[in-house]
Amino acid sequence: MSANPQQVHEDQFERDMMRYRADFPALAQEVNGHPLAFLDSAASSQRAQPVIDAVTHYETHDHANVHRGVHTLSQRATERYEGARESVQRFINAASTREVVFTRGTTESINLVAQCFAGPKLGAGDEVLITHLEHHANIVPWQMLCERTGAKLVVAHVEDDGSVPAENVTGKFTDRTRILAISAVSNALGTVLPLSEIIPAAKAADITVVVDGAQAVPHQRVDVQALGADFFAFSAHKMVGPTGIGVLWGREALLDAMPPWQGGGDMIETVTLEKSTWNTLPYKFEAGTPNISGAVGLGAAVAYLERVGMDNIARYEHLLLNALTEQLEAEGDIRIVGTAPGKAAVVSFLMDGVHPHDLGTIVDHHGVAVRTGHHCAMPIMQRFDVPGTARASLAFYNNRDDIGALIASLATVRKLFK
Amino acid sequence: MSADLQALYRDRVLEHSRQPCNFCRLEDADHVVSGSNPLCGDSLQVYIALDGDRVRAVSFEGHGCAISVASASMMTQMIEGAARADAIETIERVRDMLLASEGDVLDAALADMSVAALAAVRRYPTRVKCATLAWQAVHGALTEDAQTVTTE
Repeated sequence: MSANPQQVHEDQFERDMMRYRADFPALAQEVNGHPLAFLDSAASSQRAQPVIDAVTHYETHDHANVHRGVHTLSQRATERYEGARESVQRFINAASTREVVFTRGTTESINLVAQCFAGPKLGAGDEVLITHLEHHANIVPWQMLCERTGAKLVVAHVEDDGSVPAENVTGKFTDRTRILAISAVSNALGTVLPLSEIIPAAKAADITVVVDGAQAVPHQRVDVQALGADFFAFSAHKMVGPTGIGVLWGREALLDAMPPWQGGGDMIETVTLEKSTWNTLPYKFEAGTPNISGAVGLGAAVAYLERVGMDNIARYEHLLLNALTEQLEAEGDIRIVGTAPGKAAVVSFLMDGVHPHDLGTIVDHHGVAVRTGHHCAMPIMQRFDVPGTARASLAFYNNRDDIGALIASLATVRKLFK
Repeated sequence: MSADLQALYRDRVLEHSRQPCNFCRLEDADHVVSGSNPLCGDSLQVYIALDGDRVRAVSFEGHGCAISVASASMMTQMIEGAARADAIETIERVRDMLLASEGDVLDAALADMSVAALAAVRRYPTRVKCATLAWQAVHGALTEDAQTVTTE
C-alpha cells in the first residue's frame, strides 16, 4: 500500500516547520511540572534566539546614541537603527524608509494618527467609523478624539459568527465619514477582515483608512502598497521581537503634511528660542533618543520571519488552527466564539458552566498558557453577551502537542467543576 | 490533579460557587454597590439592607469566576445580622487574610470559618482580586456611610 503523495508532502512540510520551535528558548521549559504549551501569542509572542542575540550583541558592542556623534559607536548604532528601518520597509513593501516611523507600538501609532492627522481635520458632525470587534487601542483614541472635536464615532456591525462582511462597513459610509479605523485581524475572535474589498471602496469615498495590523503582520504577508490604506500600525512584540517598539507606516504625503507628535531632540532641524523647524521624515515623529535596541530586535525579528517565510507561517498555522478547532469542537461542552470563514489562528472559547478565569488557572497547572478575559476588546465581548472567553492563539512555533496539552487539561477543569 | 489546584478549589469553595447563598436581588436595599474586576470580567452587584446600625440583609447577583462567587456567598453569610462596626471589622480581617503573604499564619478568628478555604488564593496574585471583590464593595458602602454618620 503506498501512501498518498499529497499527504507525504504535507507531513514533510509540517516536520520542516516544527524545527523552528527550537529557536525559541522560552518554549523549552516546564511550567508547574509540565512542558510549557504556550498558546497566548496573540497577546505577545515568544522571542526568537536570533532576536535575543542581536539585541545582546548591540548592547554589548555597538551602543551609543544615534544620529549624533561622529565617533565609531554612534555610527554603528545609527547603522543598526536605520538598518532595522530598511528591513521593515522591505518586509511590508513600503515605498520608502521615510514612511516607516518607529513608535512604542500599535497603540502609540494609532494615537499618533488620531492626534496629528485626524485631530486638526475633524469637526463637529464628522464621522469616524470603526467596527464592533476593534481592540481598545483602536477604539479609545478615536473616542477621545471625538469627544474633543464633536465628531461622531460610528460602529460597523459584527455578525453572529464574528465575521464582518464588507457591506457592513461600506454601508456605514456617509458624506461625513472622514476616517475608517479598522483591524486587519481580530485579536479576540481571529476574524480576518475583508480589507481588499473595503479599502478601495473607502478610498473611492475619499475616506482616510487607518489599519490596526498588530494581529496580521506576524501571521501573513503584508504589502502596504497593495493594501492601499493610508496608515498601518503594528508592534514588534507580537512578531517574535521585543516589547516597546512598533511601527507606524503612513503615506509620505500625509505624514509630511502632519504636525509633529512630540517635541524634543532628533525631531528638529533647527531650534532658536523663538522658533524651531522640523526634521524630515520619519525623524519628525521620533522625538528624543529612540528605542535603539528595540529597533535592532525588530530588525532581527523581520529577518527571522523572512527566513521562515510568511507564506509558510500562514500555511502551517492554518493546519494547526484546523486541528485545534476540530479537537475543541469534538468536546461536547465547548462553544467557540467567532467562527468566521477563513479565520486566523485565534480560538476564543467557553466551557459550559465554567468561568474562563477558572479555566485559565486550571490549565496553567498543566503548563498550558491561554489568555482569559475580554482580550482588551470589551465591546465585542458585550456584543456576544459573554463576560470574557478563554483564548488559545497559535504561532508557527506551536505544534500538535501544544494542542493536545490544552485538550487534556480541559479534563481536569471538568473533573473539578462538573 | 495537583495538590495546589485542590487547595485553591476546595470543596467548600466549589459548593458556594455552585449554589451561592443569598444570590438574589434585594428589593428594599439601602445600598446597591457594583464591584467589577475588568481584567477577567467578574461583575457583581451587592445589595445591603440596614436596620438602624445593623446589617439586616445582604445579597448579591451578577457573574464571576468560582472564586469571586464563592467569596461573595461567604461574605453574605458572615455579615448578615452583624452590627455595622462588627461587619466592617470582619471584612477587614478577611481582606487582610486574602492580601497577606503566602506563608503568613491565618488569623485565628477566621481559621475555623468557611472563608479560610479561600486562603490558598494568596498563591495566585492574579486571583486575589476575585476573592476580595465583594468584600471591598461592601466595605466601601458601609464605611462611606459610617463617615456620613460621624460627620453629622
